[in-house]
Amino acid sequence: MPMLQVSIWRGREQGGYVDYEVPRHASQTVLDVVTHVQRHLEPSLAYRFACRVGMCGSCAMSVNGVARWTCRTHVADVAVGDRLQVAPLANLPVVKDLVTDMREFFDKWARAKGTFQSRRTRDDDFARVPPSSPARKLADAGIECIGCGVCYASCDVVAWRPDFLGPAALNRAWTLVNDERDIAQHERLRAVAGDAGCHACHTQGSCVERCPKHLAPAAAIAGLKRVTARAAMRGKL
Amino acid sequence: MRRRVEARAHNHAAWWAYIVHRVSGVLLAVFLPLHFWALSTALHGDAALDGFLRFTDRPLFKFAEWGLVVLLALHMTGGVRLLLIEFRPWSGLRKNWIAAACGAGIAAGLAFALALVR
Amino acid sequence: MTMTMDGATQARRWYRQRISAMVLALCVLVHLVTIIYAVRSGLTAEALLARTRGNIAFAAFYAVFVLACAVHVPVGLARIGEEWLGLRARAADAAANVFALVIVVMGATAVYAMVHG
Repeated sequence: MPMLQVSIWRGREQGGYVDYEVPRHASQTVLDVVTHVQRHLEPSLAYRFACRVGMCGSCAMSVNGVARWTCRTHVADVAVGDRLQVAPLANLPVVKDLVTDMREFFDKWARAKGTFQSRRTRDDDFARVPPSSPARKLADAGIECIGCGVCYASCDVVAWRPDFLGPAALNRAWTLVNDERDIAQHERLRAVAGDAGCHACHTQGSCVERCPKHLAPAAAIAGLKRVTARAAMRGKL
Repeated sequence: MRRRVEARAHNHAAWWAYIVHRVSGVLLAVFLPLHFWALSTALHGDAALDGFLRFTDRPLFKFAEWGLVVLLALHMTGGVRLLLIEFRPWSGLRKNWIAAACGAGIAAGLAFALALVR
Repeated sequence: MTMTMDGATQARRWYRQRISAMVLALCVLVHLVTIIYAVRSGLTAEALLARTRGNIAFAAFYAVFVLACAVHVPVGLARIGEEWLGLRARAADAAANVFALVIVVMGATAVYAMVHG
């Protein structure tokens, strides 16, 4: 029976890697490995998962230093020989072991005015938005985000600037900037301009590189730079 | 202290492009006042500038000049890539432009070296 | 954290830095060709100054180059100051403004030296 040597982070920010030996199987995912450790070797290991089929984003962790969905990461693709290292996502407070506190991630979503605001009520007719309109296409390119935090955990600017809203929040803001039904446009542009917002981004591109849904927060941020600049140059920001 | 993004997570082309752009920018920025000062020696007459040029006509300086020319080409081409990303419709991280920047750096370096050798 | 710039000011700063980048892309292209040509012709004061003395086109081009640098360079340095040297926004911006002044003064002097002497 081939075995896998996996180092798993135990503790909070203070802690250390603990080594476990796990049976290795074909088509095994990193989530399979972590689950095996918790069920058979270390019941006190804390980790998050839900759907285990790549839809919910709950299982995001740092695998060999890179943020990934563990349910969609095959051991065969990432193991170095027979070794693997699993840690909690970077840039977030650690609750315990592999579990991070995601509150700031979602707080920043709200601070970027990432919520839809409309003037219409249930008594009004539907808005008619052509799916092929340029703005709607831009919005559609970013709306599949499920808030998994992988981009946030991959961004150096998030690490350097605690106030930086981050790629996911800014990506969401961009989808709403391009939503013609939304009435909070001015507040949103004010929220996403500045060093807490789009202007802190240096297009390192880790967000694009790592997003498991192949979204492009860097594209959204570039768009926000253009729109905020246009508004500011016209004295409208 | 929460966990930082690890060095292993930096191992992709766009991140390398970022670090090259930043480091080349800093080095060029530091060089700029020196460059202006050197040219200003011409205020004290042709002989003053000539004296400076003779002094820098040695391998260490020529190597530094070569390096600066390469950095300038890299920074400029990498910068054009960023301008395209920021102002043109999104078409990915434009890794073809990363390759172009490497090419421009090599070309500038070769051209400068060949010009020196003549 | 002290923010010396609000979002609108940051947005304008970003825009001006990018416009100066576009100008510099052209200037640098010309400058790289000029460097290669100058090195091939031999780097002596006589050779250089024969081309630059009284050359108004040269003066105009490099004046634009210097001004574009003064807009472009300090912004990047300020960011590095904040992100890598731990400078507060105020201090980084102040240092950047000083550097902009240095570029304008020293650059103008260099252009003048080469054209007028």
